Amino acid sequence: MIKLFSVKQKQKEAAESANGRAPVKKQSPGELRVQKDISELNLAKTTSISFPNGKDNLLNFEITIRPDEGYYQGGTFVFTFQISQVYPHEAPKVKCKTKVYHPNIDLEGNVCLNILREDWNPVLSVNSIIYGLQYLFLDPNPDDPLNHEAAEVLRENPRQFENNVRRSMAGGYVGGNHFPRCI
Amino acid sequence: MKKRKGEDEPWAPEPEVMAETTDIEGRWRDLDRLLLRPGILVGPGFEPGIDTRDMIRNDCRVLVIGAGGLGCELLKDLALTGFGNLEVIDMDTIDVSNLNRQFLFRMRDVGQPKAKIAAERVMERVKGVNVVPHYCRIEDKDSSFFDQFQIIVLGLDSLEARSYINAVVCGFLEYEPDGSPILTTIKPMVDGGTEGFKGHARVIIPGMTPCFQCSMWLFPPQVTFPLCTLAETPRSPAHCIEFVHLIQWGQDRTGETFDPDNPEHMKWIYEQAAKRAEQYSISGVTYSLTQGVVKNIIPAIASTNAIVAATCALETLKIATMCSKGMEVFMQYTGTDGVYMRTFQNEKDPNCIVCSAGVPVEVEATTTLQKFIDVLLKDSRFKNKISKPSVSLQGENLYMQAPPILEEETRPNLLRPLRTLMGGEGGILNINDKRLKGILRVQVIFKTTDVDMDTAGGG
Repeated sequence: MIKLFSVKQKQKEAAESANGRAPVKKQSPGELRVQKDISELNLAKTTSISFPNGKDNLLNFEITIRPDEGYYQGGTFVFTFQISQVYPHEAPKVKCKTKVYHPNIDLEGNVCLNILREDWNPVLSVNSIIYGLQYLFLDPNPDDPLNHEAAEVLRENPRQFENNVRRSMAGGYVGGNHFPRCI
Repeated sequence: MKKRKGEDEPWAPEPEVMAETTDIEGRWRDLDRLLLRPGILVGPGFEPGIDTRDMIRNDCRVLVIGAGGLGCELLKDLALTGFGNLEVIDMDTIDVSNLNRQFLFRMRDVGQPKAKIAAERVMERVKGVNVVPHYCRIEDKDSSFFDQFQIIVLGLDSLEARSYINAVVCGFLEYEPDGSPILTTIKPMVDGGTEGFKGHARVIIPGMTPCFQCSMWLFPPQVTFPLCTLAETPRSPAHCIEFVHLIQWGQDRTGETFDPDNPEHMKWIYEQAAKRAEQYSISGVTYSLTQGVVKNIIPAIASTNAIVAATCALETLKIATMCSKGMEVFMQYTGTDGVYMRTFQNEKDPNCIVCSAGVPVEVEATTTLQKFIDVLLKDSRFKNKISKPSVSLQGENLYMQAPPILEEETRPNLLRPLRTLMGGEGGILNINDKRLKGILRVQVIFKTTDVDMDTAGGG
């Protein structure tokens, strides 16, 4: 350790240098890291990204997924990502903006994906979450349901489930709930 | 002397006892033992004498961030230690549940800003100390506010706030081209933290000891439950509470934002969670557990705060005066098993994205961003480490390789000179590349030989 200052001298210097120093916009560690994630994004052709708040605010963005196979083929699903200042210490908050009939996404847009909560780990990235979301559409999991009814139908009668998904994406009713058209 | 004894504070001592200590003989006796005598345990450059005491009394300005459990202790300790110019910043108001340990506050203060009352109380009790309160968020102050202080002491309860203030304070740090920190740009921080019976105190000298970000990864992740477990197979009272908090609120109270400080909201969560618990034959949902789970509260222990704050105040004194060598980086206290404390020295992350010097790269100020990227690609120090770099300056993305939408938007910058993009004095650029594990910090130094006339003389 060294002697950091003779206080009087330091104050004088600080007053002098403060005049010439331009204010610098501070960037949080979370922003720095998400910059890395975004600059290395490798999006499949079924996926796109947009930045509603411009190119210099990467903490909030939207991911649009258009599955090209599986139950949800042809649908368009938008997810909002909210990234905290201490990312990647905390997982991004991800919500589905599109109302969807899905065993692992509830009608309020909460998403049950392990890496968004209990299995989040700082070595994961925005890319990993996008893969996870894509996977949810390819292989909905009836054993970990957030939409109980949808899960039950998928388990008991996959053909019926398929019909329900089609009907919901076309803008119809399933089980008394209306789903906006997303095809 | 009159005894000021309110009905809400029958235990209150007579404040006058301490108030007149300015003139009491021996007020500085203990401090003088440390400051007036040379010794073998002193820090480098220690100057024993009355001037040092006057210095902390009159010239040294200390900012305390947080006026809660730790903040009250810190303000009291620093004021009694002899620091004469204190400021305190806190965004909270006093709640009745604070009174058991935040001893500067009384029942009649409930609802008042913590910073304001804490400042008043300390000035009432300790004569000759000036405490300036700031009732606002730390984000409301610009960096010049923080730059006024010689030492910043943190009594915070969140990683976010620590991380934020760490980035601000490390932002003052500048390095010489040889990578050594410029001493006048170093602003030391002393960080205290408590959680129940556990606590820590650490000294952060940016550029010399690890900053908060260097060891961020040591913090354990927050406990979260899988949403589907909450929805389908709740097994504990916490599961029931989290279900109502995270899922049922959105279903039943659509459009209302949940506010953990609104008692009606909290009561609703508690009642619904109790119902859910009954459905699943789970016992143990209480109002205080609901608060604990939702607000992530761990009961605060007054003695932990006192021990940690005392350590922080002492380290602040050491940094300010060098009357003793400072603590080597980090102290941990575990009050559950006796009074075990240990200190250890963790290391700086040489590539820390907040406090490291960055790799110096010297170029002309007129170099375009594209040419600069070419320079980096040719630089042997980065060989095989970068192939398609993205470049950003503080909050601004100068060039992004992906996704295409950002690449297109930032492409025009490639033809702009660095001087235009980052100002005439150079600075730190962040480089991202798939081949890099982390973020590469590059310190851009403009060659001084060829400075154009219009930027010369800026000094």
